[in-house]
Amino acid sequence: MKKGHEKGRDADDALGDAFDEEFNYGALGLKAGLEIHQQLNSKQKLFCHCPTVFREASESTHSCTRYLQATRSELGEVDKAALEEMMNVREFTYLGYDTTCLVETDEEPPAPLNPEAFEIALTIAKMFQMNIIPQVHTMRKLVIDGSNTGGFQRTALIAVLGQLSGGEVIETICLEEDACQRTPSGAFSLDRLGIPLIEIATAPCIRTPEEAYHVAAEIGMCLRSTGRVKRGLGTIRQDVNVSIAKGARVEIKGVQELALLSEVVRREVMRQVYLLEIRDELRDRGALVSDEDTPVDVTDLFSQSKSKVLKKADTVFALRLRKFGGLVGREIQPSRRLGSEMSDYAKKCGVGGLFHSDELPAYGVTEEDVSALFSRMGADPTDCIVLVADTKERCLCAMKQIVHRARLALEGIPKETRKFLDGGSSAYMRPLPGAARMYPETDVLTVDVSDEYVSSLPLPELLTDRSARYQKEFGFDDQVSRKLADSPYSLLFEELAQAGLKPELVMRTVIGTMKEVERKGVNTARISDGYIRSILFAVHEGTIAKEAIPDLLENGMDKQPGDFGSVSSVDADTLLMRAEEIVSERIAFVKERGMGSVAPLMGVIMKEMRGSVDGKRVNEAVSIAVEKALKE
Amino acid sequence: MQDSTSSNTIDIASGDIVTCTIGNISLCGVYVTERNGMAVIKLDSGYNIGVSHQNCIVQEKHHGESAKVIHEVEQNPLLPCVSIISTGGTVASSVDYRTGAVTSKFEVQEILSLIPGLAKMAQFRSIQLSNILSENMAVSIWQEMAQAAYDEIQAGAQGVIITHGTDTMAYSAAALSFMLKTPVPIVFVGSQRSADRPSSDNIMNMLCATKTALEGPSEVTVVMHASTNDDRCAIHRGVRVRKMHTSCRDAFQSIDIPPLGYVSYPDLEISLRSENTDLEAKNDAKTELSLSLAMEERCGLVYYYPGASVDVLDAYQHYKGLIIAGTGLGHCSTEWVRRLGEMSSSGMVIVMVSQCLNGKVCNRVYDTGRDLLAVGVIEGGDMLPEVALVKLMWVLAHASGDEPRAMMQKDLVHEKNESSFVAWRGVP
Repeated sequence: MKKGHEKGRDADDALGDAFDEEFNYGALGLKAGLEIHQQLNSKQKLFCHCPTVFREASESTHSCTRYLQATRSELGEVDKAALEEMMNVREFTYLGYDTTCLVETDEEPPAPLNPEAFEIALTIAKMFQMNIIPQVHTMRKLVIDGSNTGGFQRTALIAVLGQLSGGEVIETICLEEDACQRTPSGAFSLDRLGIPLIEIATAPCIRTPEEAYHVAAEIGMCLRSTGRVKRGLGTIRQDVNVSIAKGARVEIKGVQELALLSEVVRREVMRQVYLLEIRDELRDRGALVSDEDTPVDVTDLFSQSKSKVLKKADTVFALRLRKFGGLVGREIQPSRRLGSEMSDYAKKCGVGGLFHSDELPAYGVTEEDVSALFSRMGADPTDCIVLVADTKERCLCAMKQIVHRARLALEGIPKETRKFLDGGSSAYMRPLPGAARMYPETDVLTVDVSDEYVSSLPLPELLTDRSARYQKEFGFDDQVSRKLADSPYSLLFEELAQAGLKPELVMRTVIGTMKEVERKGVNTARISDGYIRSILFAVHEGTIAKEAIPDLLENGMDKQPGDFGSVSSVDADTLLMRAEEIVSERIAFVKERGMGSVAPLMGVIMKEMRGSVDGKRVNEAVSIAVEKALKE
Repeated sequence: MQDSTSSNTIDIASGDIVTCTIGNISLCGVYVTERNGMAVIKLDSGYNIGVSHQNCIVQEKHHGESAKVIHEVEQNPLLPCVSIISTGGTVASSVDYRTGAVTSKFEVQEILSLIPGLAKMAQFRSIQLSNILSENMAVSIWQEMAQAAYDEIQAGAQGVIITHGTDTMAYSAAALSFMLKTPVPIVFVGSQRSADRPSSDNIMNMLCATKTALEGPSEVTVVMHASTNDDRCAIHRGVRVRKMHTSCRDAFQSIDIPPLGYVSYPDLEISLRSENTDLEAKNDAKTELSLSLAMEERCGLVYYYPGASVDVLDAYQHYKGLIIAGTGLGHCSTEWVRRLGEMSSSGMVIVMVSQCLNGKVCNRVYDTGRDLLAVGVIEGGDMLPEVALVKLMWVLAHASGDEPRAMMQKDLVHEKNESSFVAWRGVP
């Protein structure tokens, strides 16, 4: 194995590949499973009648502030993950819009489960040949990180056990409401809360990082085949469960880019392998986290420190981790160390992070500071000293967390929920939640699902089949066919092709021109299918020229069908009149060149009419006018 | 269960481990209850599903109740004593996981463990008076409630908290306002979001109510969220408050007067309305505790609407008193005026209040109003319709002859404003 541990190594580059070559996933016993969360494109939210649209925080019309409190389950237990969130009770701010209502602010009971979303979810379940739950119960899943105003996410199990074409097992499909999104200011935005989300969980049947990618890609393709899921960044999120035989199950949440999925799995295996190495070394050294090593107030040592954080802090506490020296700073993932893990745990108490002696002197902490610290703590170089700076209460809370994490390092890999970091590494979020976090949503009635209803739901054509059909029917090449089949405009394309429009033109418009327009910064989601349809029909009928399409689409946000603004259709009489005018203005030129003057004069008119008339019609009109003039 | 599967369901009990068949697979779980003809099974993942009873097979019978963990919270004997009287309602509710319904629970230990921080403020005694949904409240329970509060104050409580369902809390607060003269705060509190959800308003309302019970005005008040935010509760006067929204946290509003004060959250600072000198005077000279429970229940409240038949009034002909919620300044049709005149002359006390809720009844502006006065209908001022009803019940049980008419026009416990608050309109 290559050494990826050197202190300070900024190792995003090539580390993944290197490690890929060297690890034998089979031997390590890699098991991975996916949870795919896909937003459904229903008209209304899952438990209220608000539209499923995204808003900018600047459009917010009102806000409210709340606290959340962990509740006990029916057995009197409080969920472990929830308890940890409670360590730092915070006030949450929520932003509302003219597209959100009292349900999102938790001020009104939920409406019944949205039948449209339910139908989409059942259709997807049917695509995977799942077994449908005959009576669906909505549950509350405790989530008190503020992302849900109620302190829980509503979720319903709708189907169990199905499979993909390659035989990979889909364990469950749930219909859930999406949570709030955090805005840069730290407030939670209510626009996303309540958007229907389908959660598809595979069995832990994935054995290599690449397989994770392929399984996710196939599920994504099936979802898009319905034509009823939301598209674009953030509308699909993958959670990955990863474990190796000697490690533990870890759930990494919120991978938004499919391309990074394999990397996430790779890096998690890396993290577990390296943490296990650290554990073994700690054990070899006889490292120990004893109750005698309590946090020590060392505020005075840093009263004149060049480190602003330490100098300004209310208190600075230090903790000696015996025989942890060098291991807290050892890299376990690119840019992540055991110290980062401890820091994540400490942050639950509201502190900003920690310093550890493996990374010191640095950050304004001098060599002298470090030796004073070691001597105060009675520590030797085999030890690691951790510093936390904040109020006394927070420091002590954080130190408890650090002790907890240090003990876990001696045991192995803790079971955790982690959050995805850019690049594919991950940070600790909370312990894996247990079943104690689920309890019934008493405000929503159950939904009975009959076999007749399920059989009446039509299955959509898979994108892969659709693409093959496009190749055959329209003669497009493989790449174009696939792009078109996967485009949100594929249904529009088919409709227009069926109506007799030129397939080539329609295809170029919806996959080519739309892309160019999008690159120019236009939000194409706001150009309605109806508008695109009206443009293409107008071109088909010759009332506008195809050259006008890019311009019209560029200005097409929120436009009504047929609203072409200045680019309006020009009737034949007007066109001929203008052609005759131009011919008479340039009569000498026309006499000189004869019919050869048609092309240059056409250019004049085309420029004047800026693409609102088809070139063929202009050609006709100018030809008539020239012929007429030559006869005179 | 009425259908053919009933023989099967008898064998299944809550807690039994069962396997159930769905499609072509079999799942294992715990039987919870029966719902809409289906067996509710809790799977290991925590999800509940409903399946036909015929498709369930009991694998293992459940033995005995699982012990419920109650976390004992120690009470500090050095703190002032506050009594909590419970009548049910959302504030102390929890979910019955068998039926899925929200039910009320009440043990002081349960409340203390449910509401962190409470045990640091006072030592608590609890009395479970009833456990009913507030729509099932009755005059007799108002009387029990007043009696219980009286007993607790006599026994040394320095404040009384009454937990109550929010639907009819304002009626009960009004009833106790007339029945009790109190030297200590009596605080009604409830919650609009059930206690089993992390976002419940019960914690903040309960803590603010406790603060009010310790340091608030010595009268009957309602303490609930002042706005949708978890930042302060309003202290409402028991005879000027009304539930004005079906579901919002700030459903309770003081009508036509500002709240008596606020308790901020989470720091629990109490601030009382400064211009309320009357209140301070009241707190200085301690009111003597007294109780007068009698109520005349044959009183009604009728909402007039355009075209309402007099038949509606005839239903009340054997009643002793009637509150009419009239339109605008306090009006009803000519037909009604005539019929009310007849009822009044036969001895019924009839009081006119307004559907507007804000503002006073004035029957001297239009002819209809003058006609109403002429036939003996009393102007109810700016009394809230529900408060006027409760007051009428109390007055008719405590006075006779012409006295009730006079008392209904008098302000007894701040239920009626002499002067309307100009500055208050629309100012939060």
